[in-house]
Amino acid sequence: MLFRTNPSSGVPIYLQLMEQVKHAIETGALKPGDQLPGIRPLAEELVMNPNTVAKAYRELEHEGVIELRHGAGAFVAGQARGRKVTEAIRAGQGIVATAVERLRARGVSDEEIRRLFEAELAGLAKAARSGGLGE
Amino acid sequence: MSEPLVVEAVDLRKQYDGTHALRGLSFAVPAGSICGFLGRNGAGKTTTIKVLLGMTRASSGQARVFGLASDDANAGVEIRRRTGFVSDEKDLYDYMTVADIIRFTASFYPRWRADLEQHYIRRFELPLYRVVKALSRGMRTRVAVLLALCRGAELLVLDEPTSGLDPAAAEDVLQTIVSHVAAEQATVFFSTHQIAEVDQIADRVVIIDSGRAVVSGALDDVRARFRRVQLVFEGEAPDVTAAAFRSPGIERIDRRGRVLTVLSSAGVEAVVEEARSLNPVSVDVVPVTLKEIFLESVKVEN
Repeated sequence: MLFRTNPSSGVPIYLQLMEQVKHAIETGALKPGDQLPGIRPLAEELVMNPNTVAKAYRELEHEGVIELRHGAGAFVAGQARGRKVTEAIRAGQGIVATAVERLRARGVSDEEIRRLFEAELAGLAKAARSGGLGE
Repeated sequence: MSEPLVVEAVDLRKQYDGTHALRGLSFAVPAGSICGFLGRNGAGKTTTIKVLLGMTRASSGQARVFGLASDDANAGVEIRRRTGFVSDEKDLYDYMTVADIIRFTASFYPRWRADLEQHYIRRFELPLYRVVKALSRGMRTRVAVLLALCRGAELLVLDEPTSGLDPAAAEDVLQTIVSHVAAEQATVFFSTHQIAEVDQIADRVVIIDSGRAVVSGALDDVRARFRRVQLVFEGEAPDVTAAAFRSPGIERIDRRGRVLTVLSSAGVEAVVEEARSLNPVSVDVVPVTLKEIFLESVKVEN
């Protein structure tokens, strides 16, 4: 399994690592019950802070994506929940694909699409639309 | 952060005849973290390290390491005994061989780790019987790092540990630091000019400029807090100054034609809310890299 974080992207590294673990589960590279690398070996391999790896693992556990078994390490969580999430994300991919396709058809560049998504996620577009009303 | 503080600086000031090296420096490093210490040349990094380790006294303010006052002579000795220090010059006794200097240093530290010593001698492929004077810069640094890591120190203070090293050797030093922290639960405070190194291995950062900490905290928080908000207007962007914004944390405002760029160090929600009243046609939020944060912080102060 290959994780690659990009420290200079401005996105917190633990979030990048979390996303990559989730992605590995999405694509089936990691399956329920699979063991994740230990905090120390992963920190050494990626030459990153062990606290950052630990934080990513804690958050993933909190989200129910992985299980931390005391003394044994980190494991991908059981199937039921994983599949539910997988299905939701698969459906989401379709929605996003449609949206991206439509935006491209209107001549919006990929970079602009990315920014629109980021702005939407940051709640900005919503704040900008709502004017002074209702907030 | 619930971890106890290993290093604590409160309103440190230091004057050398007429020049102010430190002007109210405050920051804290919790146990178990790797803290990157960034600043331009002459910003006060080396002075700070000397004050922390009790090698020089601050004119006022408090420096504490392991909860001990750095300016107390006895406490200073204990702080230095429990700290692995690699100085900027990697000063070692030039006439000793590598084996000699390891034995010599080990004799001062009752908690010397012979197991780690063997490990690093192998890992760094150190030429034990060569004199220090004849070592390359990279080898010299590796010896200095070995001497700091093997004394069983709870805190490592590294003053530019990778300066002058080639990228492979620098990566090797970083990896050594990371593994050491993971295995030994040590705290690391390291100064550097390589922002990428802080990005890579630190979980906390202190940026010092003109003797003050201009940014300090958990790196993830700092990354999440700093955002650039770009407002595009139909016509010329309005001429607003940072002072005109009520939102906290406006670091800088740039106005170019129809675009107004606001750099915020306190998240974006308040800024966007406020920017909306200027009626822009679009609002974009862009993450800011640590390098940009550094450049902006040291620029504003000057």
